[in-house]
Amino acid sequence: MDNSKFIAKHVAGLPKSGIRDFFDIVAQMKDAISLGVGEPDFDTPWHIREAGIYALEKGKTHYTSNLGLIELRRAISKYVEKNFGVSYAPETEALITVGVSEALDLACRALINPGDKVMYHQPCYVSYMPGITLAHGVPVPVPTFAKDNFALTVDALRAAWQPGCKLLMLNLPCNPTGGTCDRAQVEAIAKFVVEKDMIVLSDEIYSELTFEGVHTSIASLPGMKERTIFLHGFSKAFAMTGWRIGYACGPATLIDAMMKVHQYSMLCASIISQEAAIEALARGEDAMKKMRDQYHRRRDFIVRRFNEIGLKCHLPRGSFYAFPDVSKTGLNEKDFAIGLLKTEKVAIVPGSAFGENGKGFCRACFATSYEHLIEAANRIERHVQGLAKK
Amino acid sequence: MNPVLKLLLEGGSLNTTQIAQVLKLSEADVNRELDTLKKSGVLLGVRPILDLSREDSGVVRAVIEVRLTPERGGGFNRLAQRIARFDEVESAYLMSGGYDLMIIVNGTSLQKVAAFVSEKLSTIEGVLSTATHFMLRSYKEHGFLIEGEAEENARLKVAP
Repeated sequence: MDNSKFIAKHVAGLPKSGIRDFFDIVAQMKDAISLGVGEPDFDTPWHIREAGIYALEKGKTHYTSNLGLIELRRAISKYVEKNFGVSYAPETEALITVGVSEALDLACRALINPGDKVMYHQPCYVSYMPGITLAHGVPVPVPTFAKDNFALTVDALRAAWQPGCKLLMLNLPCNPTGGTCDRAQVEAIAKFVVEKDMIVLSDEIYSELTFEGVHTSIASLPGMKERTIFLHGFSKAFAMTGWRIGYACGPATLIDAMMKVHQYSMLCASIISQEAAIEALARGEDAMKKMRDQYHRRRDFIVRRFNEIGLKCHLPRGSFYAFPDVSKTGLNEKDFAIGLLKTEKVAIVPGSAFGENGKGFCRACFATSYEHLIEAANRIERHVQGLAKK
Repeated sequence: MNPVLKLLLEGGSLNTTQIAQVLKLSEADVNRELDTLKKSGVLLGVRPILDLSREDSGVVRAVIEVRLTPERGGGFNRLAQRIARFDEVESAYLMSGGYDLMIIVNGTSLQKVAAFVSEKLSTIEGVLSTATHFMLRSYKEHGFLIEGEAEENARLKVAP
């Protein structure tokens, strides 16, 4: 029986993540050095893990309120006010989600009518376009460029804008490019959003990993709180990817709409993860800064090496991704990545997995040990030299 | 903090060639930095950290609490420094609380450690008493966890 005809059209039409294809190839290579991951190499700091264990011991095994534990929402409200300069009421303006991924999905489902247009900058995280499509929206990609260090410019926004654009999704600093915007650039984007009467979904999951200058949240700009849904989580800053814990803050009406979807689909985030998140906010800052310092030095090393090797790479101001241009090798990003994996057993991810505008680039995650980074850089160098001789 | 020192601390077992690569220095530069750190007394030395239970060396370790008579002028320093000089003594610390000096002692057998305590340590003029605690098992050494079975890192090779 051909049961594929039962699959919803908008799901059947969805391409599989390009990362998935690549994962299948890498999985067969036993001893490859992988710069292909999208998560910290550190395990969650022990005091946070211990808080999760303690929660279990204390019998914290039940549902929480749909919005999440009020203690956690209070802690988040304080944390966001202190670090991002925008104040949210814990009772009505914060929602705990299963990772920032769920928060993004909720925002899309709560705000998008079929046919609504949603702008997002690209290259971008793999779930943006599908998330919009699954909510029956129409994705409108906005390119970012290496010449701008992959910052989103208002010129690009204006060029891509079409009537009917309702939402703008931001991810600054950005996975996979490491690009971000300075305050003036964020202000320009905010002005554009007001002019076009749009809502911003701002995914700031990498904001703590900003190495130079200060991270500016668009929600903190005058007049922007009311038209921004601020999305954040614990995965990257506190090395808690597997806990699946994130949150959304925004105007009460919008959070309430998202909460409706959340309560009928997810009910609530895991209470164990919520308890651990409280600990992360209460006492996790030192460990977080230590990890950031390490990423910072590893970034300086790997980006310098890429440039020495002749793969032009901008210095990403945030995240733990380097995004070198591999087009000089004469190969496209897929062939380069596959060749590198087969001859030198180093895994990096072809930039096109993150959208059309990632063509010619590859993503290399530097959240791995110095030994691996040094060895990977040497192997990439050998591979590039080998290609030049051909 | 000195960048070379920082890398020594967080990089684990990087050798000087690797340190030089990371910091874009020449190996000679790294060695010079290390020399300066040694001369200034910040860097005492670099040595491997072993799980002695896996090494078939039969090393016996003990923590010894020592009570001392303080002296006019130097307090505990002269005696503590004298005790610290014994090869058997791996580390020595002046402590607050119920005793004065805590020393960690290594020996190739229980008898040798016992002999050190009874013949050398306790006979020193000014040593009032000793209490020897033998270490039975190590769970962590200088920041390295000692686990029964090495756990495979469960991180996926490629993730979004």
